[in-house]
Amino acid sequence: MSASIAVSKAPEVQYLLRIGDSCLIMAQRLAEWCGHAPVLEEDIALTNMALDLVGQARAVLTRAGELEARSGGTAHDEDQLAFLRDERDFLNLTLVELPRGDFAVTVLRNAAMATWLKLLWQRLETSSDAELAGIAGKAVKEARYHQQHAADWVLRLGGGTDESAKRLRDALVLLWPFFAEMFESDEVDAFAADTGLGPSRAALRDAWAAEMLPLLAESGLTPPAERAFRSTGTRGRHSEHMGYILAEMQHLQRAFPGAVW
Amino acid sequence: MAAVVDATERALRAWHVLEGVLDPEVPVVSVVDLGIVREVIERDDGSLTVVLTPTYSGCPATEVIEQGVRKALASAGFDHVDVRMQRAPAWTTDWISADGRRKLREYGIAPPGPVAPEQGTPIRFLRKTPALACPRCESANTERLSAFGSTACKATYRCRACGEPFEHFKAI
Repeated sequence: MSASIAVSKAPEVQYLLRIGDSCLIMAQRLAEWCGHAPVLEEDIALTNMALDLVGQARAVLTRAGELEARSGGTAHDEDQLAFLRDERDFLNLTLVELPRGDFAVTVLRNAAMATWLKLLWQRLETSSDAELAGIAGKAVKEARYHQQHAADWVLRLGGGTDESAKRLRDALVLLWPFFAEMFESDEVDAFAADTGLGPSRAALRDAWAAEMLPLLAESGLTPPAERAFRSTGTRGRHSEHMGYILAEMQHLQRAFPGAVW
Repeated sequence: MAAVVDATERALRAWHVLEGVLDPEVPVVSVVDLGIVREVIERDDGSLTVVLTPTYSGCPATEVIEQGVRKALASAGFDHVDVRMQRAPAWTTDWISADGRRKLREYGIAPPGPVAPEQGTPIRFLRKTPALACPRCESANTERLSAFGSTACKATYRCRACGEPFEHFKAI
């Protein structure tokens, strides 16, 4: 068994882990559709998007590991960060770890996340960290394509049959409370904003709403009322689903350290 | 001055070798045709630095390409080669050469058009996809079957005139 690693608590490392982990866990959820999507084209689409997200996660986690060393901690590579961290050290949005649900849940989450990531990457193109800016310049094009594809499906389900519209409405009720975490800001966001590393999550709220709310309206959806509930994945406190994802994602490297094929 | 001329010649020869390194997924276009090779730099100690840029963040061909570049240069007699990955500026299909576009078309893949300036503007949903010419019969009467395809860089189309499916290299 491989023992778990301890990760730097430096704010620049935590900021990057939140982004990289959100891409990684989202990719893991999308990859579950391989062989299960409603039509072959969507099977290919969902797994292609998963592949882009894995690539983005790899780049961001690699950079996070380099910044760990720079902040006086131990450097870790992308594989160590993905496979040897405990649940509490993963800092993804809780939204992306929720079960993939039905196709409506998947496309609505994809639309919300791709919109959020596109806006985030756009702002990271001018990051004070040149490496992160380079990653963003590539990722923003991919996120834009994902957003286009997911949003087309939200419209199609919303304007489709009574059943597809109902599934989409149910998906919004399920996911809406978890969207709030995309715009919560704390001391890590404040550090990133102050140092020019990247935007606070709160700074993405208006731009996200400007793209998502018209899409929801056009799809016949009304956002539910705001609630006090806040998910806390970005602070390492996850839903009951996270442990199962990590068990599946990590078991090979934990059981056979350094296994390659 | 002689050294400088030498250096240029060596770099030029390396470029020529790289023109023979084909993309593993589309084995008719070279890494030079695709615009993946950004620079070939000759160092004072005689070693070469080849600067490559990845196409898509998750493209599994990236590592194969890196190995292909090393192998090709080694067999051409370049002993000390350093391959460096550089993300910025981000790769764009606008860097695919005219020759590369012709080879793609002949291989049955509709090449990308110019990247739309809309990259920074809000998205229009359910927009019409632009009409593409069929690489087989050149009819513009084609339709998109899938926004994604067998690799990250492609989408899937069908020609209504000749009935054949074909792939399109997406403009990014």
